[in-house]
Amino acid sequence: MFRIPCPFCGERDEHEFVFGGQAHIARPEPAGQVSDREWAEYLFFRDNPKGVHLERWQHRHGCRQWFNIARHTVSHEILAVYRLDEAIPDMNREETV
Amino acid sequence: MEKYSFAKILYHALRGHKRWQPAWRSPEPKKSYDVVVIGGGGHGLATAYFLAKKHGVTNVAVLERGWIGGGNSGRNTQVTRSNYFYPESAAFFEHSLKLYESMSRDLNINVMFSQRGVLNLAHSDHDMEMLSRWTNAIQLNGIDSEILTPQQIKEMEPVIDINARFPVAGGFIQRRGGISRHDAVNWGYARAADALGVDIIQNCTVTGFNISNGMVTGVRTSLGDISAGKVHITVAGHTSVLAKMAGFGLPLTSMALQAMVSEPIKPALNLVTVSGAIHMYASQSDRGEIILGAGADVYNSYAQRGSYDNIESCVAAFLTLYPGFSRLKLMRQWAGVVDISPDTSPIMGRTPVQNLYINCGWGTGGYKAIPASGDTMAYTIVNDRPHTLISPFSLERFESGALVDESAAAGVAH
Amino acid sequence: MSKSQPMRLETGGRIDRNKPLSFTFDGKKYAGFEGDTLASALLANGVRVVGRSFKYHRPRGILAAGAEESNALVTVGLGALEEPNVRATLQPLYDGLAARSQNCWPNVRFDIGRSLDYLHFLWPAGFYNKTFIWPHWHWYEGFVRRLSGLGKLPPGDDPDRYVHHNVHCDVLIVGGGPAGLSAALAAGDSGARVVVVEQDSLLGGSLLWSEGDINGEQGDIWLEDAVRILRQRDNVTLLTGTTATAWFDHRMVIACQMVTDRRIPGEGEGPRQRLWKIHAREIILATGAIEQPLVFANNDRPGIMLASAVQQYCNRYAVAPGKRMAIATNNDSAYGVAGALRNAGVDVVAMIDSRQKLAGKAARLVRDQGLTVFHNAMPRDCRGDKGVRSVSVTKRDSLETLATLQCDCIAMAGGWQPAVHLFTQARGKLRYDASPGAFVPDEIPPHMHVAGMVAGALDLETALEQGREAGLAAAGDGLEVRPRTRSKNTGALHIERAWSGQRSSRQWIDFQYDVTLQDIDIAVAENYTSVEHLKRYTTTGMSVDQGKTSNVNALLALAARTGRTPGEVGTTTFRPFYMPVTLGALAGRDSGEFYAPLQRSPLFACHEQLGAQFEDYGAWRRPRVYPRNGENEQQAVNREAVAARTSVAVFDGSPLGKIEVQGPDAAEFLNRVYINNVPSLKTGRARYGLMLNENGIIIDDGIFARLADNHYLVHTTSAGANRIHAWMEALLQGDWPDLDVLLTPVTSQWANIAVSGPRSRELVERLETGIDFSNNGMPHMSMVTGTVDGMPLRVLRASYTGELCYELNIPADRGAALWQRLLQLGADLQLMPIGVETLGVLRTEKGYLHVGSDTDGNTTPGDVGWGRIADRKQGEFLGKRSLSRTFNTRDGRLEFVGLTPVQQGGVLAAGAHVIDADRSGAPAPTRGYVTSACYSPNLQRYVGLGLVQDGSRRLGETVNVYDAGEVQGARISAPAAWDPEGDRLHA
Repeated sequence: MFRIPCPFCGERDEHEFVFGGQAHIARPEPAGQVSDREWAEYLFFRDNPKGVHLERWQHRHGCRQWFNIARHTVSHEILAVYRLDEAIPDMNREETV
Repeated sequence: MEKYSFAKILYHALRGHKRWQPAWRSPEPKKSYDVVVIGGGGHGLATAYFLAKKHGVTNVAVLERGWIGGGNSGRNTQVTRSNYFYPESAAFFEHSLKLYESMSRDLNINVMFSQRGVLNLAHSDHDMEMLSRWTNAIQLNGIDSEILTPQQIKEMEPVIDINARFPVAGGFIQRRGGISRHDAVNWGYARAADALGVDIIQNCTVTGFNISNGMVTGVRTSLGDISAGKVHITVAGHTSVLAKMAGFGLPLTSMALQAMVSEPIKPALNLVTVSGAIHMYASQSDRGEIILGAGADVYNSYAQRGSYDNIESCVAAFLTLYPGFSRLKLMRQWAGVVDISPDTSPIMGRTPVQNLYINCGWGTGGYKAIPASGDTMAYTIVNDRPHTLISPFSLERFESGALVDESAAAGVAH
Repeated sequence: MSKSQPMRLETGGRIDRNKPLSFTFDGKKYAGFEGDTLASALLANGVRVVGRSFKYHRPRGILAAGAEESNALVTVGLGALEEPNVRATLQPLYDGLAARSQNCWPNVRFDIGRSLDYLHFLWPAGFYNKTFIWPHWHWYEGFVRRLSGLGKLPPGDDPDRYVHHNVHCDVLIVGGGPAGLSAALAAGDSGARVVVVEQDSLLGGSLLWSEGDINGEQGDIWLEDAVRILRQRDNVTLLTGTTATAWFDHRMVIACQMVTDRRIPGEGEGPRQRLWKIHAREIILATGAIEQPLVFANNDRPGIMLASAVQQYCNRYAVAPGKRMAIATNNDSAYGVAGALRNAGVDVVAMIDSRQKLAGKAARLVRDQGLTVFHNAMPRDCRGDKGVRSVSVTKRDSLETLATLQCDCIAMAGGWQPAVHLFTQARGKLRYDASPGAFVPDEIPPHMHVAGMVAGALDLETALEQGREAGLAAAGDGLEVRPRTRSKNTGALHIERAWSGQRSSRQWIDFQYDVTLQDIDIAVAENYTSVEHLKRYTTTGMSVDQGKTSNVNALLALAARTGRTPGEVGTTTFRPFYMPVTLGALAGRDSGEFYAPLQRSPLFACHEQLGAQFEDYGAWRRPRVYPRNGENEQQAVNREAVAARTSVAVFDGSPLGKIEVQGPDAAEFLNRVYINNVPSLKTGRARYGLMLNENGIIIDDGIFARLADNHYLVHTTSAGANRIHAWMEALLQGDWPDLDVLLTPVTSQWANIAVSGPRSRELVERLETGIDFSNNGMPHMSMVTGTVDGMPLRVLRASYTGELCYELNIPADRGAALWQRLLQLGADLQLMPIGVETLGVLRTEKGYLHVGSDTDGNTTPGDVGWGRIADRKQGEFLGKRSLSRTFNTRDGRLEFVGLTPVQQGGVLAAGAHVIDADRSGAPAPTRGYVTSACYSPNLQRYVGLGLVQDGSRRLGETVNVYDAGEVQGARISAPAAWDPEGDRLHA
């Protein structure tokens, strides 16, 4: 079970949180003018790295705030936690295969 | 290929069991193959088998990073069924179920396909309406399926508590569904493919692709470069990693899917039972272990281990429906990495790279697809055109919007 | 007493001879002492055969003294308290304990299943794969299934309770032996919060049964001191009888504690087991090592035991496992055992040592004790069936018989495998070290430490030193680079592996699943040479002990047979659980009625009073109908539904989702999530809206009302309340942080009572609210606020029944009072409470959409007749882009329509499928399905709604409807069958 350091409340158990998938997915605007292909990229295509994944979590059973986590998808180690309005922290983002 | 039978065992017994032949060879890789299949799981081995068997393409290599059948094909809960909602899915999985029914004889290996019935439970009127919609769809697809009352369920599976939290309102059963022995399926395809000339190369990691002018010409591996006329990626869980090497992205998320088994006990469960409201499915192996599973873990993962919360909730769900098993002990838990597509249907066929084919996105339901997947992908690779059974499952559907979303239609996961 | 316990030694042991206990095994009564395990008590009574093996049903005796036991699996307890597959070696003896053997018939001494053993050559590894192919596996399966399995499912529901404990600590120490205690002393001194977990009921580990001096004193004096000091420390928690069994992400260790396993029905109040979830900053593994068996012919016979177990029974339990012992070994550790046995007065016939010569301590022991030693020798075979009678000894390489020793017990010392289960679960890496002949920790994961035998320490001094170092390191502040405890000092065993040259008799690798060396040979011949293939092909290590005494021998045999080093072969993956965990303990209090919380409306008691029939709708338990005077459900629905259209009905709509949306950008926000135009809605008015996901699919619907300029109330479906709120929150925080909007979910804050029917206005006007309920004062689709009895009241005029309807919202705690008030005020109006089923009939008659029933995961606005509204809306909304993809605009989409049976008295049921008119049954292509259907008491016929291909363009067309083999005709119509013009809404 993960111990997740909520940037607003501190470290809590995983089951207080909800996973929200890949972070930093920008909606293509204006949506009416993008191609089907670009729209599909936005809707469905994901990085899915074996390595560091930037992802959104919400402290749903706590402060209800969404925030970002950089987590390794093999070790499950949390490398960084940052608010939605913060820049991606500098990390060694080597992917392992 | 050494033909298996009881007489053959007797023959070997008289010779002290010292003369058994290898089930498959362990050859050195050649410099070049007509087709290179990346991934020695059930899907890859079956594809190689059908390439050789049906299309006479025998200059084929299956490259496996570890040991064959070591990924999801050796980690699943062995359920096979064809009770799908959409005609597209139903046609494909019914083809697969039929191949399972004849697999032991076709491959001359006992895969212990036990058609004991797959039961889906409903826990409310609304559930029953959905099950009815589903059952009728299955029947219209020409596949067996019948609605059961709670009393019928209790008779078939007396250990279910039909008055549980979320009482059992009914269910439906596909009697031809069941479980089999996954290792035997993998080994059966490996042995049969090998006998037809396919090279199975274990401990061989693919590190890149040779692509020129948008066309794949070979793979780079830990054992050196291998050139190939056509290349097929069928590496459940790790498809995104390989696609990235080949320069394209996919609509996939890799997650850990767990399974667990209890200590073996004498026969106690007759059916494979699935419940949506009480999130679990359960069956009992021929060895006596109770096999439990639930949904995939909620976050991206390439680790073959599951989250503890999921174990706890799966067991709690199981005991809610089967309170009599409380004093039994859970023996072993493991996980596989599954790649899940947005509509939980597979992605099969061509890719943006010419002569490079994929077969992925099976999510939690890939095991039951192994034979049909091998058959249709072999056709697709040979003809460079999707087999009709898999044309609905192309990568293009994510642009057109033509998703094949089983859970959307029937609201029940795999 | 010694007569009844013939193998009990006269003195010694950590048993309490003043507390005799009585127990039964297979119905026969025996005696033992407090402090015994079931295994030691059985041995004390000379019981040899305690079980049968899985495949060949060979007699099995006790092999070990701890967790690694693979043979002595018994069923303990009676009736609903039965537990199958209990290791006798871990079961503390209690008075009245009833144990039974399992997997045998008619009894454990004479088992018919043994006939399989006499034909063993027909069932080698892999025989299942090679036989039973024709005609079909089903012909054989039932028989095979009955042969398999070990114990039986207990006959009743578990009366016991299990609880969970969460605990956080700085240092978790797994193992309460010398290394673990030493670590605890060091870490405890530093003030760190320490938890020590020990599987045994006593702390001390090997100190409980092996001789050893610490600082010049006897080991148990050190042990007493250590335990006393630790018990006095507030910052140290000692958990005995607790098995740390699995490691999970972020350093959580699951440990299962036996709280009371002596429960006899009605005795004791506490839980049976306690599951600890221990979150540790640092973890020290002092898990010890597991002695491995030797491989020789018929090494599975009862009376052949691990040497350390023999020593343990002798020293800790004062039981001599045999009268005449032979000891077979490949290393020095067995000589200590020999010494211990001699000291206890047990006759050691001879040592059989596969090595050429001895040196050091072992050689000294041989001299001092005058032991007979066969050097360079191996056991060749042993005789006896239900107990060993003799063992023949040969030269290691030549099969030349040196002697035949009469003995009733053989102790095997095959070397020690560190208990690295948690270590590898935590992704620690192993390497094969030839010196102890075992897989030892190599790369140690962060925040983990190893100490004692698991780290390769073989003498007490090293174990204590490693423990102390690990304790200090783990308790440190974690900032400095700490010395990592590494495997060292592993040479003291002088182990040399050897394989017997003989091949004519079977040599066991896995005692429970009957895997022999010959099976390994077959697997190798067939190229199942990956260690995982070997395991799966032969089933070695797959029994309940998960290979604790078989994996190493299997790997070494595989390496030897394939010309590889053990390191090249590698191990199979160690997976949870180190020891199996009771399912009830894993579920804790979360199964049964607590599996999912039950949600009840604030009016629940009112419904009970009215004799409602309840049903679960998602998490909510709601009234279906209120049957009266022996009515059946259909009669009750009919009565309620007619009343709702002729007089007035009240319905508890409290579970309806309610979200308050406030702020300067509230209108803009809602305009992006609804397909409707939101800003044009005037204050005090309400509108029905649809929400889509970005894929263009309808995810929820409901009425939203503008309460003030910057204040909206959004209604969602009951099922969607939490989901939609979470979704909106994610949008605001993640995608549109520039919008100034505040969301407040208020579903459970307000009770909601819908007053519906032609006389509803009359009823609500009788409440003193100060609200003008007239058509002018409060037209259809408006919302006003007022008060009733001094409480705030929000009234929405909107309808899900098709009748004039006022939805009264009042703070939840006053809901019941308002409900009762309405029942009083409406008595003369034939007021009728209606349930959810009746509401379903009313809305189906009216053709109102129910998202989730009448829509599926592919339904778009165009499919439900809202295409033009979506098209005409100015500006962007979620999902809009997806609606223009080819799949969304093509023909053949499933569209929302009404369906009417063609025949007089025809029936429609939800779940039926629409097929072409010229099809008369399955198989046939589906053209859609009936999504809602019921008997309409107001129209006196069945009404249905459905999703039908191109339905909106086929109004009036006749199709066939298929349901469970039956086919009948139905006509496609507009959805509304009742009051299609909607006049009654505006009454």
